[in-house]
Order: sequence, then structure tokens, then C-alpha cells
Amino acid sequence: MFSRDNWKEIFETIQKNKLRTFLSGFTVALGIFIFVVLFGFGNGLINTFDDFFGDDATNVFFIYPGKTTIPYKGYKSDRFIEFENEDLEDIEKNFALFVDYITPRIQRGGLVRYKNESNNYTTRAVAPSHQFCEKTIMMKGRYLNQEDIKNKAKYAVIGRLVEKDLFKGENAIGKYIDITGSVFKVIGVFQDDGGDNEERNIYIPYTTRQLMEKGTDKIGQFIIGFKQEIGYAGAMAFENSLKKYIKDKKFINPKDQSGIYIRNVADQLKKNQQFAGILQIIVGFVAIGTIIAGIIGISNIMVFVVKERTKELGIRKALGATPKSVIGTILLESVFITTVSGFIGMLLGVVLLSSLGEKLKDFFITNPFINLSVAIGATIALIIFGAIAGYIPAKRAARIKPIVALRDE
Amino acid sequence: MIEIKNLHKSYKMGSNSLHVLKGINFSVAEGELVAIMGSSGSGKSTLLNILGMLDVLDEGSYNLDGVPIVDLNETKAAQYRNKFLGFIFQSFNLINYKSAMENVALPLYYQKVARKEREEKSIKYLEQVGLKEWAGHLPSELSGGQKQRVAIARAMAAEPKVLLADEPTGALDSKTSYEVMDLIQKINDAGNTILIVTHEPDIADMCKRIVHLKDGVIVEDKKVDQVRASQYV
Repeated sequence: MFSRDNWKEIFETIQKNKLRTFLSGFTVALGIFIFVVLFGFGNGLINTFDDFFGDDATNVFFIYPGKTTIPYKGYKSDRFIEFENEDLEDIEKNFALFVDYITPRIQRGGLVRYKNESNNYTTRAVAPSHQFCEKTIMMKGRYLNQEDIKNKAKYAVIGRLVEKDLFKGENAIGKYIDITGSVFKVIGVFQDDGGDNEERNIYIPYTTRQLMEKGTDKIGQFIIGFKQEIGYAGAMAFENSLKKYIKDKKFINPKDQSGIYIRNVADQLKKNQQFAGILQIIVGFVAIGTIIAGIIGISNIMVFVVKERTKELGIRKALGATPKSVIGTILLESVFITTVSGFIGMLLGVVLLSSLGEKLKDFFITNPFINLSVAIGATIALIIFGAIAGYIPAKRAARIKPIVALRDE
Repeated sequence: MIEIKNLHKSYKMGSNSLHVLKGINFSVAEGELVAIMGSSGSGKSTLLNILGMLDVLDEGSYNLDGVPIVDLNETKAAQYRNKFLGFIFQSFNLINYKSAMENVALPLYYQKVARKEREEKSIKYLEQVGLKEWAGHLPSELSGGQKQRVAIARAMAAEPKVLLADEPTGALDSKTSYEVMDLIQKINDAGNTILIVTHEPDIADMCKRIVHLKDGVIVEDKKVDQVRASQYV
């Protein structure tokens, strides 16, 4: 079945029946092409989704102070909870097993001025580890460090857009800016994938802020980065015991839901991942549908091809073609065409996907791609099913008596 | 060469069956040129199809060159057809996307003859039918007579024991018919056994023996003086 002569015969048949070759080849190529592109777009959609939600670190708790609603241990309700520096030290000590880093965040708005330019920006007074939880990327200069905290340095790290707005193209590093009346030296400029608003923030040492606010040791909110290896279950357990610990320490009724708030990104992450999983399933359905449509297409064409060739096959049988060679001729031809055109369609799809990159970002498709093994697997599936679909009419054709095939006229 | 004894064949047409051949006894010796005549419905084509192993008999026996043709599966029938028989059809039945030479070479392909030898042989047979110059042409570029000559070359290429022709001149005008018959006579002169199904008396007269079929039985089987087709060409 695989002799050189057979292949020559098949190539000749393919060459001399261009329309038929084109039809079946085109169907397969188009099917695979659409499959690859759709699947790639699906992945691009998931990429966009990840971009939206993947800007911050995921192993992070945000802890906000609230107002009590239930009296507890002699304290009245409607009491505002406040955190102090020592709270952070205690948490770090008590939960050393879980805590990777901990950073306060004291957030204030206010007018920021450089020369004649001024604008209102949010200033976040933080510890150096804050860089990890926001995934702040330094463009130039440096982030805050432990020395700055200790020295209560009047240093500021400004966002890319702050530099752009205030400095008008000038290099901000080493320049002095006025933040609500105090002068800070710019030591770094950062960018952030979280969007424009994130890049309009200014970071200063939290100790400096506390000094400016009359030497207080109050901190607004704080952020805990927990160790990645404790996993999702560990994070949930940590959240519970942390909540309990803080409520106990701050004399909040255990049943009081509004004393403190913990935003657990891990929990959100899980929801996001579930959503992404649903996207993946939808994409999978569309892809499988495309492949099935392709298989049906190639099956139809195979039926048509066999029908069209009935007479020719009858002649061949009269001249001594065995049923096996009739089936072989049809199958090898169709497998050859589907293989070649399938891989052409696949390559075109992959090339299109990789050339798109970020061009469709406006349509929520970022860097569409397809796993090469998925693409090849789908192509092979189409070839196999095409062969099976071709085998049935081919077998019927092989059984037709030549006299029947030759009749008509 | 051909031995047929008590051959019966009927076709099922819904609930009733049509008895087409009702006990045919018939033999052909090597080198004969036999015309099978009969009006339409007489069973002449059915007989030819059974002789050509394109159809199976219901009852009786069929020996071809000493080989009993019985209980053939498709593969075996295909091999016997290829080895023993050459077909010439009324409608030529050339493969339209293959050139004259490729058409002639096709039975050799199924005999697993090497490509080069196939080409040499098919050119040789095309030369015999006077179409060597047309070897590279497609059937659509040939006239009816030329097509039938290509078909004859194809039937000859496999060097079969018997040539079976079903109304070989049915689609041709009389001048071309005589040309084709001239060719067939020459092939017969070379010693080949040929059976021709026809309903045209002048074509039958160009054979050496005429078998008349009527309603599924042989009513007449006579040797005739052959009319040479060359005198009309």
C-alpha cells in the first residue's frame, strides 16, 4: 500500500483533480485554522483577564480598621479601632510561621507641588516591603529602604504619571517636591501594571508620616504578605486566627463584624481562577465544536468524492483493481490531502496568532496563543476522523459491482 | 477457452424475479471471433457480464481457460479479470483525467508491472491501434473512434485470454465503426479470442460466428463467412 508507485498514482490523481483537492483541502485547512484562531483568542481572553486581576500580589491580606457595633469588656460600641506600630511587631512575632512581610499603609491626599506645577495626589506612607504587595516596578532610582524608615527620611518615590505631570519631561530624581507643605527629595520613579491611578501615587516612609503627624505611632491600615507555601487552605486558616487575634487584642466582640476588615486576596484569587476556568471551558466547547464541524465537512466531501468517482472506480475494478486497492486509493489520497492542508491551516493560524500580540487588546484579547501540542493534536484528530469518515464510503464504493458503476450513461 | 454449461441467471425485481438466462450451453475455442446478437432484453449483456465476472451466475458452471469460475470473492474476481479478461465498452469508459497512455497503462498498474515497463508497453499498444502520436492526450481531446481505439489498446495491454466487447461500435458512426471492427479483426487475426455483443447485423457479419439469443436461450449458433471490415475503410 505504501510503494512508491502507489504514491505516484495518488499524486497524479491529486494533481489532475484540482477542484476536488482544493475543496477537501480547503475545508480541512479552514477548520483547523478557525480552531487555532478561536482557541488562541480564548487564551488571549484569559490573558486579559489575568492582566486585570493579576496586578497585585496574590498572597496578601489587607487589614482595615473599622468601628465597633457591639459593646465588649467594658468598652462601648461605636468605638473607632486604631492600629499602632507595636501591633505589627506583635503580629509578626506571633505569626512568624505564616508572615512573609508586613507593612503599614497610611494613606493621605494632598497638594503636591514642584516649581509652578501642582496637583492633588495620594501619598502612601509605607514600609519597604510594600513594594512586594503592589508589585511596584522601579523605572529609575530606588524604592524606600529600611534606613529611610529608621532615619524618618524625607524621601519620596513617585509614580510615572506624577513625574510626567509635575516635571514635564525633566528628570525627577534628586529634585525636591512639596508634599502638603513638607519638602521631600525624589529618590525613585515607579510604574505599576495596575493602571494609571496606581501610577499617580507617591510613596514615603511611614515613620516620616508619623513624625509629620506629631510623632504618633498610629498606622491606618496594614498589609500582610503571607508565605506562598501555606497554600489556599493555610491562607484561610491564617485569616481566621489573625482575625481572632486582632479582635482579642483590640477588645472587639468576636461576633462584631465591623471592628476590623480583612480583605483576603487569596479568596478573590480563587474566585477569579474559577471564572478563568469557566472561560477555558467555553473556549474548549467552541474549539471542540469547530473540530466537529470540520469533521462533518470533510466527511461530506468524502461522500461527494466517492460518489463522483463511482464510475472511475468501476472502471478500475473492471481493469483488475481489488477492493483493497480501491479503498487504499481513496484513503491515502484523502489522508494525504488532509494532512498537508491540515498542517498548512494550523501553521497559518499559529502565524496569525503570534503576529497579533497586543493588537487586539481593545477587544480584551491579549497575546493570543495556542499550545503547539493542542494544535497538532487537533490536526491529527481531524486527519484520523477524516480517514474514518472516508473509509465508510470508500468501503461501500469498493463493494459496488463494476457493472452497476459502469451502467448509467 | 470458454465453457458454459446450463447457465441460469435471474434478477429480483421487488417481489417477482426476472429469469434472464434460462439454461445457456455455450463454448468458445481459442482464436474465435464471436458475435452475440439479440434484441434488447434477450440477455446478451447479462451473459457478457457473467463472462466478464462483473456479475455472478445463479446456476450452472463456467470455466475460463480451464479455471472454474465459482464462488469468487471480490479480490479474486478482480485478479481474474485482470489476468484473463480485457473489456471494451460502448461508452469507452476511459478515465477522463488520465492521458491515453496512462489509461492504457492502468491494467498493468494493477498487475504490479514497473512504471517504466508499463509506459513502454502502453506506447507499444497505442502504436498497434495507430495512436502513438496521441499518447499524451486526454480522452476529451480525442474523437469517439480514437477513444474506442485507446480502450481497445487498454484491453489488450494486460494481454488477456479473452477480449469482451459490449456494443463496441454502439456510440460510433458507421465509418468509424468499420475502422474499429477492422482493428478488432486484426487483433483476432493475431490469435486473440474476442466476444462481441452487438445488435447490428453488419457488425455481426464481420465476426466468424454468430450466436443469437432470444428470451434467455440460444436460438441460433452458426459459423459465418467473415466480412472484412478493411474493404469499407
